[in-house]
Amino acid sequence: MTLYAVTGALLVALGLYGLIAARALLRRVVAFNVVGSGVFLMFGALGWHAGQADPVPQALIITGIVVALSASALAVGLVVAHARATGSQVLEDDAR
Amino acid sequence: MAVFDLALCALILLAATAAVAGPGMFRAVVFFVVYGVLIALSWVRLGMPDVALAEAAIGAGLTGILLLGAVGRLARAGADEPEAPRIDWPVALATVAVAALLVWAVLSIAPGPGLAPQVAGMLPRTGVENPVTAVLLNLRAWDTLLESVVLLAALIGLWPLARGGAWLEPAGPLHHALPEGVLAGFGKLLPPVALLVGVYLVWAGASQPGGAFQGGTVLAAAGVLCIMAGLVRAPGMAEPLWRFALLVGPALFLALGVAGLVSGGFLVFPQALAKGIILVIEMFLTLSIAVTLALMVLGPPESGAAQ
Repeated sequence: MTLYAVTGALLVALGLYGLIAARALLRRVVAFNVVGSGVFLMFGALGWHAGQADPVPQALIITGIVVALSASALAVGLVVAHARATGSQVLEDDAR
Repeated sequence: MAVFDLALCALILLAATAAVAGPGMFRAVVFFVVYGVLIALSWVRLGMPDVALAEAAIGAGLTGILLLGAVGRLARAGADEPEAPRIDWPVALATVAVAALLVWAVLSIAPGPGLAPQVAGMLPRTGVENPVTAVLLNLRAWDTLLESVVLLAALIGLWPLARGGAWLEPAGPLHHALPEGVLAGFGKLLPPVALLVGVYLVWAGASQPGGAFQGGTVLAAAGVLCIMAGLVRAPGMAEPLWRFALLVGPALFLALGVAGLVSGGFLVFPQALAKGIILVIEMFLTLSIAVTLALMVLGPPESGAAQ
């Protein structure tokens, strides 16, 4: 199960890269979700002991998945509102 | 099965790379949905079916609809992605260092006994047989109560973004579907099945994988499909019934938590009544979750722009 925890660690780094390097805001929302599920995968895989899945990480991860959706919905709403106001989904500071 | 696990992890990383750095925003979102389904498979492999259900329904399903909708809205606003992402080498090097540190951290954590034995010991007193539901709605009910409030807070943050300030209009853009098209067909075929699956997931959650969040998500997806197929009108804040549906779950949860003060403390459920209390909370929480998630995915009202 260490394999899944390592995959989770790599996903966190991959998402972090996207969060910093991507300029399009929607791409950053996608990258944020990749970071999130990477954290969940690390957490879940490390909470696996002697052939038994730990119910506490499971419950926390389910909570986390729902919270990630709420945060994404709010972020998407702001990205769309920004794009309608400026005609671009790149922030001014990044466009330079 | 080691080969299967290796292949699955490799596919997960490939799909994530395509979603984060691949060309084309639409393709990136499609790869993100694929990625979500693969992650759900990995939860099955880890023996966590409750999480797999939540990931497939919320992580891949609803987030996918949300992002695809955003791609369309951004394109209509003339705000496509400026160019395909180029590799940013300094950032790439820095994140490789982060990856190395995280992998080192993962490998250096020694396995401990975890909390499974404690939960198993408490299980007879929680009123349910599924340990994950026991943690969510009894042992760590605090987290779940606050989570339902977070959902509401996100929705309240989203609604002021209604176009033209017309936040009482029905949620999202107006949907039109071809009467003989695939969407209209699926819109008639899937909702009855989704309704059955959603209610079953909530009911089964007490003893088997499932629960309020998974069931609520399936119901929300059914509702979103009906609305996108143009079969029913999107809900709006103008109708008090929808506001009631949003609030009833968290409000009832909070009220029953306060009632717990009589039997020993906030959110303490007496053993004899626990099963009934949890079932009532789950039923109303499912309703609130389903309506909140559906409204979030549809987005704030847009019909106000025409006026």
